[in-house]
Amino acid sequence: MLAFTIRRLFEALVVMLTVALLAFVLFRYVGDPVSQMVGQDTSLEDRTRLRLELGLDDPVYIQFARFVGNAVRFDFGISYQVKQPVTRLIAERMPATIELALAAALFAVALGIPMGVYTGIHRDSWLSKLFLTVSLIGISLPTFLIGILLIYIFAVWLNVLPSFGRGDTIPIGFWRTGLLTASGLKALVLPAITLGLFQMTLVTRLVRSEMLEVLRTDYIKFARARGLPERAINFGHALRNTLVPVITVIGLQLGSIIAFAIITETVFQWPGMGLMFIQAVQHADIPVMAAYLLLVAFLFVLINFIVDLIYVRIDPRIRILRRGA
Amino acid sequence: MSDIANKVRGASPSQPPPSHRGQGTGWSSHIATILDSDLFYSFWRSKLVVAAAILTALLVGAALLAPLIAPHDPYDLKSLDLVNADMPPAWNSRGDRRFLLGTDDQGRDILSTILYGTRSSLLIGIASVLLAVAIGVTLGLWAGYAGGRADSFIMRIADVQLTFPAILTALLIDGVALAIFKSYRMEGGKFWILVISIGLAYWVQYARTVRSVTLVERNKEYVEAARLIGLSPLKIMFQHILPNVLSPVLVIATINLALAIITEATLSFLGVGLPPTEPSLGTMIQVGNKYLFSGSWWMVAFPGLMLALLALAVNLLGDWLRDALNPKLR
Amino acid sequence: MKPRSAAIVGALALALSTAPAAAKTFRYAFQGDLNALDPYTLNETFTLGAIGNVMEGLTKRDKDLKIIPGLAERWEVIDPLTWRFHLRKGVKFHNGEDFTADDVLFSLARMRSPGSEIKSRAPADMKAVRIDDHTVDFILTSPNPILHAEWDTWYILSRKWAEANGATQAQAPSAVSLSPFALKANGTGPFEVVSHQPGVKTVFRPNPSWWGKVEHNLTEVIFQTIKSDSTRVAALLAGNIDMMDPVPVQDIDRVKSSPGTRALTGPELRTIFLNMDSFRGELLYSNIKGKNPFKDPRVRKAVYQAIDIDAIHTKIMRGMSANSALLISPLLFARASEFKRWPFDPAAAQKLLIEAGYPSGFEVEMDCPNDRYVNDEAICQAVVQMLARIGIKVKLNSMPKAKYFEKAGVAKKYDSSFNLLGWTPGSFDSWNVIENIIGCRNADGAGGLFNYGGYCNPKIKDLNKMILVETDAAKRNALIAEAFRINHDEAGVIPLHQQALVWGVSNKVDIVQRADNQILFYWVKMQ
Repeated sequence: MLAFTIRRLFEALVVMLTVALLAFVLFRYVGDPVSQMVGQDTSLEDRTRLRLELGLDDPVYIQFARFVGNAVRFDFGISYQVKQPVTRLIAERMPATIELALAAALFAVALGIPMGVYTGIHRDSWLSKLFLTVSLIGISLPTFLIGILLIYIFAVWLNVLPSFGRGDTIPIGFWRTGLLTASGLKALVLPAITLGLFQMTLVTRLVRSEMLEVLRTDYIKFARARGLPERAINFGHALRNTLVPVITVIGLQLGSIIAFAIITETVFQWPGMGLMFIQAVQHADIPVMAAYLLLVAFLFVLINFIVDLIYVRIDPRIRILRRGA
Repeated sequence: MSDIANKVRGASPSQPPPSHRGQGTGWSSHIATILDSDLFYSFWRSKLVVAAAILTALLVGAALLAPLIAPHDPYDLKSLDLVNADMPPAWNSRGDRRFLLGTDDQGRDILSTILYGTRSSLLIGIASVLLAVAIGVTLGLWAGYAGGRADSFIMRIADVQLTFPAILTALLIDGVALAIFKSYRMEGGKFWILVISIGLAYWVQYARTVRSVTLVERNKEYVEAARLIGLSPLKIMFQHILPNVLSPVLVIATINLALAIITEATLSFLGVGLPPTEPSLGTMIQVGNKYLFSGSWWMVAFPGLMLALLALAVNLLGDWLRDALNPKLR
Repeated sequence: MKPRSAAIVGALALALSTAPAAAKTFRYAFQGDLNALDPYTLNETFTLGAIGNVMEGLTKRDKDLKIIPGLAERWEVIDPLTWRFHLRKGVKFHNGEDFTADDVLFSLARMRSPGSEIKSRAPADMKAVRIDDHTVDFILTSPNPILHAEWDTWYILSRKWAEANGATQAQAPSAVSLSPFALKANGTGPFEVVSHQPGVKTVFRPNPSWWGKVEHNLTEVIFQTIKSDSTRVAALLAGNIDMMDPVPVQDIDRVKSSPGTRALTGPELRTIFLNMDSFRGELLYSNIKGKNPFKDPRVRKAVYQAIDIDAIHTKIMRGMSANSALLISPLLFARASEFKRWPFDPAAAQKLLIEAGYPSGFEVEMDCPNDRYVNDEAICQAVVQMLARIGIKVKLNSMPKAKYFEKAGVAKKYDSSFNLLGWTPGSFDSWNVIENIIGCRNADGAGGLFNYGGYCNPKIKDLNKMILVETDAAKRNALIAEAFRINHDEAGVIPLHQQALVWGVSNKVDIVQRADNQILFYWVKMQ
């Protein structure tokens, strides 16, 4: 196990370095940071000087070495646009994204599991078909359109929820949370639904198909034969058996929730990392893009690592296979 | 999600391993197995699925025949007239009989543009799914079959890939292509950029699924046997293991087709979609989205409806396929 | 720190100017970010406008953009080479320091420091001489009738504060150190910054000891960025904000018809125009080899006359644009009315193409930003369809602005055959337009940095040299008209229109919309 962990840690490092390298090789194709930084009246000489100062004219490998050298000291440089250390920017923006991602995951689970269980048990009922069809809308319309529609209905038309932003936040140490104020919680509702809808569909369908399979196992048949009440069988036995894969999938999906958050945050002007990233792309703000990608790479690697550890624990077959390889 | 669904499936493969009668029979026997199965029975049993199939056929047919049945050619710039822009559907009092579903901000007929747009959206969707399948299946097979270093290596590539959101991949590929070809001149340049970006964004899912199935399959007797008679690993992978991973791949592919079309819409929302002069369904929704508050609802409603219908139909088919191919559910 | 008398006067002023009871918070949103608050780092309208609520220049501009006294009470031109500025007495910075001539001299030096983006505010060889604590002379080497034209956005900083905060040098846009202005600011203006979170939220409160006559009744101002157009409109309609800029033209009717909101519209100073590459010997991205059709004025005029500007005005801009025959807003050039657009006439355009030897047209690519100007991509699409009718087949490349300005601009040596650009002269003066947009340039941009088509007529360059030093207004305007006339006759760069300013405003708010699009909340009154 220790060897496995060490090997994975090493691989994680390689993955992150590769991401950083790829990012750097490709960044010069995103656009010209200088023309985004300066005003229209900046002279040609000043523009050239800026390029020199930024080191943009250096060969890519030198830029990359410089970046890695600083990154190991957790110094990601200063954002071209905002003129603040990227590390601080990310620390400032990360709570917003994490709170949104968790709320979205919670929404997906809280709605997805009951719907999945129901449609799994009552496979052919009309309500099941309705649930499944409606849940498909979550993956049939683009996120940005769903977001705008929700804003239109709940903010403009019914005027019950705010249309954008994060509401009031309260600092707890370095973490600014929106979960402790009424306006913060209200502001969280629409973005969380928008972001969670896709995951909810996924969870519903996953739980459904797992339920369908588990309900046919001998184990459940045996429980039935023992005369256990239907409720106890469905929730006590069947659902519990589906939970491990569901939890694993949600873990894996946390990564893609963060990726999807880019769109949701743009639509709702949610001050998180996704919004910061998309603004960085639009302004070719290389330090921010690089740090964001590295952070996301780290998150993915971490989640995959944990999931693999769980796999090894719950499924000895995989351990054997790995050893055999 | 497919990872787990197929981990489970992988433990007891949906189809019995094809009997080993010699080279080249893996495929045909597998197809025969599918045809013999209850697939068609279960197909006709569900009215919803039949409806979805008919709908899919209608939508795809209409899209393919767009040049023949569309009242206008929205890609022909000469025929456009800005004067016709922003007209409501024909049944509205301000509408015009020539434009049944109204016009967009450039004076294009919405109905015709939907037909043409669906065609390019479908093409992008199918091409990018094929690309993702090709990359994902190859790497997944290789990783699962070879194991060890190759496995770790490929799975770490997958990690790297997952880090880059489709939007960034699209921007970067766009930039690289521009730098290499110096121009978008080559017909359909943007089209391929989108296909590659979306394809790259989604191959990981296939690779992981195929890998997990392959991990199980490769220890089975028929693979051992093939190895013993000296077949090359490539032959074993593509002729003998591949047929067994096809059903999960097919299931993911149908669902991802809808996802790919939506991703194209999202990329368009972020400003890196198809050229605005040749709108796809995604581009139309993105443009119409801007007119949502102004009362010109038809610009987003009709293409949105079309996309939702298409996605719904394809997903329903995918669902049915998943259930039908899973022997435990019959 | 703060002297007691000032505090009392401030308290008194506050008591007189605002009703004691209601807290009035003005919340506004803009599509772009407010980044660092260093007033010399970014020469951009919105940033300068926001900072203009907090800091002040020697001059200010009033509601009609007329130059009025700011931190200088008055000034006189002693001789053509000497301007004397008499500074306002008793003015204090937000941190309580007195404003004196030292601060002006310091600000001039800082404005010229290497990182500054606003060096063009004053000639490089101008000298400043401190006469006494409240008098400064500016000595020129050549006469300059528009010396103080941009001084309303050359904000005066406190020398002591800057020295204490390590802000004596203007921070370059590329600076690799933290800006002292990243989170705070100090000025003499009617408002002070309470907190600043770039890209998210900035909070202001009134400066109780401001020297001027308070015209607002606010107790707090909150600025937030809302990038997405639809969300910004929704936020206003839902009452989550009191004012926003800009309203997408298609949503103006909605904002107008909604019971709680209205749209404030006015002419903007930015002109949108089309550039054709008349620089290269062979046109890039075209089927014409060995020559460049756009070098022929007849071809350029054909393009001009093929454009149905009225259709763009009504259908794409929804009436929110002013068709223009000039590259500068008529508000900024007295003789603008003498110019008329070449009429929209596809037949004439076709004839011109035939005369030029392109009876069946030609192919070319057009580059267009899709997130920079009002409906930029839609305008380009319209131009493409209009040109299709006279046989010029245009392939449209629309892209985000970061890529657009790289490809079409100097960074890639103007790698573009046909493109759309917008320009507002920072000095509100034609010289700036002629220099940047139609001044002859070389392949590296020297001469006319934003001349994206490379159009060149040496006569224009000569005229502009004279325009720079001519002090007689009538003679100067004649020279400007001559330069613009040449561009008009040769269709060197094709003007389209001036965009309109459209602000969405809650009916609870009374606000002044100035033509330069600065959002100044010291004129805001709320119910």
